Amino acid sequence: MMSLWHDYKAAWIAAGVVAVGLMMSTIVVSEDEQAVVVQTGRPVRVYNPYVANADYGQTGAGVHWRIPLIEQVIRIDKRLLSVDMQQQQVLSTDQQRLNVDAYARYRIVDPVKMVRSAGTTERVTQQLEPILSSVVRQELGKRTFQSLLTAERGAAMENIRKLLDREAAEYGAQVVDVRIKRADLPEGALAAAFVRMEAGRQEEAKTITAQGQRDAQIIRAEADAQAAKIYADSFGKDAQFYDFYRAMQSYSVSFGKGTPESPNGAKTILLSPDNAYLNHFREP
Amino acid sequence: MAGRNSPWGGGGDDGRGEDGSGGEGSDGADASGGQPEEPQSETPERKGPRNPWLPSGDGTPPRRSASIEDIFRGRGEQRRTGGGGGGPRMPGGFPNLPRRPDGKSWLPLGIGAAVLVVLGFSSVHMLGPKEQGVVTTLGKYSRTVDSGVSVTLPWPIEQVKVVDTSSFKVVMIPDNENEKLMLTSDKSLVDLSYLVRWNIKGLKDYTFRLADPDETVQEVAEAAMRASIAQVSLGQALSGAGRAQVEQDVGERMQRILDFYRSGIAIQGVEIKKADPPAKTKGAFDNVNVAQQEAERDRSQARAAAQQVIARAQGEATAFDKVYEEYKLAPDVTKRRMYYETMERVLSDNDTVVGEKGANTVLPLPPMQRRAPVAAPGDISVSAPSASDSAGAQ
Repeated sequence: MMSLWHDYKAAWIAAGVVAVGLMMSTIVVSEDEQAVVVQTGRPVRVYNPYVANADYGQTGAGVHWRIPLIEQVIRIDKRLLSVDMQQQQVLSTDQQRLNVDAYARYRIVDPVKMVRSAGTTERVTQQLEPILSSVVRQELGKRTFQSLLTAERGAAMENIRKLLDREAAEYGAQVVDVRIKRADLPEGALAAAFVRMEAGRQEEAKTITAQGQRDAQIIRAEADAQAAKIYADSFGKDAQFYDFYRAMQSYSVSFGKGTPESPNGAKTILLSPDNAYLNHFREP
Repeated sequence: MAGRNSPWGGGGDDGRGEDGSGGEGSDGADASGGQPEEPQSETPERKGPRNPWLPSGDGTPPRRSASIEDIFRGRGEQRRTGGGGGGPRMPGGFPNLPRRPDGKSWLPLGIGAAVLVVLGFSSVHMLGPKEQGVVTTLGKYSRTVDSGVSVTLPWPIEQVKVVDTSSFKVVMIPDNENEKLMLTSDKSLVDLSYLVRWNIKGLKDYTFRLADPDETVQEVAEAAMRASIAQVSLGQALSGAGRAQVEQDVGERMQRILDFYRSGIAIQGVEIKKADPPAKTKGAFDNVNVAQQEAERDRSQARAAAQQVIARAQGEATAFDKVYEEYKLAPDVTKRRMYYETMERVLSDNDTVVGEKGANTVLPLPPMQRRAPVAAPGDISVSAPSASDSAGAQ
């Protein structure tokens, strides 16, 4: 070991110097970052810049050269980044309030511009957040409450994206998408909504009860009508005979002993000798 | 050096082997070292003289004479022993002393072995059945390897990032028991909790495209769910069919957004676990249920009554029809028969008085207890006020 060192001291040192030199003059750029080479504060080259639709493996990622000590390398995220907007209140045109939570997705497409204007992606995110906030408020404030709820579909989000994109271009960023993550009622409106919902339920309950009663009545009436039709069809064949038949039934019920469950008491019936029943009583 | 080497016999040999380039010179040094060593270990008094500066200098240099290289070597060793000489002063440190020279010879071997192990581990990769790996060569994407054993260039040239791509990951929203209220199209609120199952369909995109894929899934899920719920009414959101529709809608919407991001993520399913009215309005919703049950009860009672009415009508009508058929065969006789049978029954069940026309018969008024015949069955009587009217029946 020692002899190795002693024999090839110069070679070792040379190798070390070369190794260190190599390490200092090469950079490894991975697929998910872009590298801006800066010389005395001035960007001179970009490695692995964002290219739309470039397939991974065909990009500029890999090993690159730089002049040690003179050139610094700033690495910038190449991935889709997120700006999260703090929840804020939006007032719709019909004076209703809504707490809106939105996010934007962006990527750095012009790293040189970004290095000059913001420096880091965190700074870009920081700068974009208030812009997103004001754009959202401004754009959603032009709409009715109902359309705020379904703002996802409308042109609102696209408008917001365009407005934000215009601002983001200053930072070399491209806004890909803006979405409303949440749209909630603020505290007061929430209580009002609960009251409204409860009132609605009470109305519904009453309606359901009334509908039930209505249906019951209809069912009964229909049955009565059907029964009447059955009677009429049957009895209508001979009204005179029905009158007699029914009278006989009626006498039985009214003057008879009744059923075992509700017996009739005995009565005294006073018959006139003229009674038809007694016709043959007088003469054969 | 020699003194330290010898107690470890084999170790010393290994050391020499390592130092192979030293050749003869080192052999000589060892041979010379062998002698001072024994007295050293057996007679501690000689430790004194074995002060770093003296004994080693005494023992070795005279023997060596051959080459300048050897002299240098000797000096080198001297220096080393000198450095280590601090050890013997402290008896506690003594046992440590022999290890060092060993380390000197073992160290490169150890390093070599470690390097080999690292190289081996970093160039052979075992991937589980559900895993895939992204291989990058010096940061640049090179290929995707599937499950099984694969070989790459060792670290740091090639690196493999292994990810479970097939297993479904599950995101619960919300991830606690709190109420999560969402606005429906009729400005009502629904308390919703749901889960999203997803896996990776494009490992390349998943690895490089998004800054935080997992968080992205969650945010996209929230945005999509709100958007879908805002399009249905509360009733639909609470009903089973409406829920299924929302689930499907959210899944498609999420997939569209994630594909637009080129995230390499596949949504496998959205499942609404709970869709309830807000807790504060629960009572009102329960009342609706009660009302529904009551209404249903009303309806079924009416239906039962209707059945009874119709059945009775059918029964009576049929009875009449049967009698009427008989009557048609012999109208006069049948009628008379029925009349007499009925009268017979009626009159035999009651007390009958035949009063002469114009006779001034005085009848006692019955007490007003007509509907309580059980009290005094025999005595109560009802007068038929216009018995003569019954003649009209004929």
